[in-house]
Amino acid sequence: MIARSLDEALAVITDGCVLAVPREVSGVAMAATRALVRRGVRRLHLIALPTSSLQADLLIGAGCVETIETSAVSLGEFGPAPRFTAAVTSGAIRVKDATCPALHAAFQAAEKGVPFMPLRGLIGSDVLAQRKDWKVVDNPFGHDDPIVLLPAVKPDVALFHAPLADRDGNVWIGRDRELATMAHAAAKTVVTVEKLHDGNLFDDPSLAAGALGGFYVHAIAVAPKGAWPLGLADHYVADAAHLADYARMAASGDGFAAYLDRHVYAQRAA
Amino acid sequence: MDLPPISTGTCMPNAPRDGSHSFRDEELLASVIADLIGDARHVAVGASSPIPAAAALLARERGNGRPQVSLLGSRRQSFFTDGGRELFDCAGQGRIDVFFLSGGQIDGEGNINLVGIGDYAHPTVRFPGSFGSSYLYYVVPKVILFRLEHSRRTLVAKVDFISAPGTSPHNVHRPGGPIALITNRCLFAFERQRRRFALASVHPGHSVAEVVEHTGFEFDRPPHVPVTPAPSIETLRMLRTAVAPQLAEVYPQFAAQVFGVGNTA
Repeated sequence: MIARSLDEALAVITDGCVLAVPREVSGVAMAATRALVRRGVRRLHLIALPTSSLQADLLIGAGCVETIETSAVSLGEFGPAPRFTAAVTSGAIRVKDATCPALHAAFQAAEKGVPFMPLRGLIGSDVLAQRKDWKVVDNPFGHDDPIVLLPAVKPDVALFHAPLADRDGNVWIGRDRELATMAHAAAKTVVTVEKLHDGNLFDDPSLAAGALGGFYVHAIAVAPKGAWPLGLADHYVADAAHLADYARMAASGDGFAAYLDRHVYAQRAA
Repeated sequence: MDLPPISTGTCMPNAPRDGSHSFRDEELLASVIADLIGDARHVAVGASSPIPAAAALLARERGNGRPQVSLLGSRRQSFFTDGGRELFDCAGQGRIDVFFLSGGQIDGEGNINLVGIGDYAHPTVRFPGSFGSSYLYYVVPKVILFRLEHSRRTLVAKVDFISAPGTSPHNVHRPGGPIALITNRCLFAFERQRRRFALASVHPGHSVAEVVEHTGFEFDRPPHVPVTPAPSIETLRMLRTAVAPQLAEVYPQFAAQVFGVGNTA
């Protein structure tokens, strides 16, 4: 359960994997993402719950992604996500555009083991028009009330970063409950954590309330500052200088390659 | 009353001619948006929305703690404990009264485009994506649109991609929708029945002719268009002393640039 190395924990994320990752504020496994880029994973079907930032941009720029399903990819205050933008306009990746609550609902369908979830909104939008896998039905309990049905999203692997795990494989996620939804929906879940907790998280009721049972967790690797250069809520803030550097460098293909050399491939020995 | 200093940066080109006080564009917009929020129970603010966030926090300062403010990405300005879906579930039930959306393109029928320019399969320009707009635009009663680049490339006759439509047919569940569009030049009100914007006021230093020149869609124009009221000294004081430090938790770059404050979170 507790892997000996980051690479060992990530072994389950193979070429062509349907990989679910969380939004920037919920705990993004960036050390793991760099390890995946170093390993050269290919043809990922990346699903963001419900948006992504640096993580998706890095994976896309490094050629790891075939399809991305997301509500948005952006670097937030640091501007557009440059490699995502370049890959979409050049046709290098396929985008399945969604809207945030649709992804939340589709993951919820998977965790309930039901084939679909209904959602309001969407009707009349081009988001719906472009999604041939989404359907509109008439509310069977109403009259002339069209509503959208979204098929369940069942990822192969969910990957995120959290503050704590214990040696029994339980993970403390606090109030970022969509991490639990991701883990429930995915066939396997890989987690990196800041540190190991001595004892069992379920022994303390206040910790248990924010815990994800190890039953759902396939592998855990310890990765201190594992969300860097993004922040980990309540633990450390994002490295603004680094993110500004990234936005500047990744604006061009050459600059992005230099970024990878400096901050991703150079860490191989570490 | 003495105002706390603001950081370096240009003030409105023609801040009040009597010289009473100067303010930044961001402060004017936050003040106008706070007025639009009015008496609400719960205001939520989404991604990449520092000025709406400032406006929501300003409305709460003015209302002595009302409305409840939920800022996406904030730990402090959020009561959500059930993950990202709780915001949307709240909205679906009618527990969010006001929300804010922008668009790479916005058209005269209130349709917004957060996806891209050109053919969807082969876009010439790609924006980040629709975020929660394709849902929240339908279910939040008062959606305030904001677009700080008021030009013919952003305010267009017809959007290239509809992330969310301005209005819907009668049989579509639609308790919500746009009420206004604020830009760096003016404020438009949206009339749902007529599916059209009407010019409500023009910001100090700007003119109706300039708004017409830079707007790519048709809109209604009353014979007399008022000037957008400047923020009061009290509003500026609240923004600079109370709102700015709270804003810095989620928008550190913006708070530093506009108000010269750091993140103390």
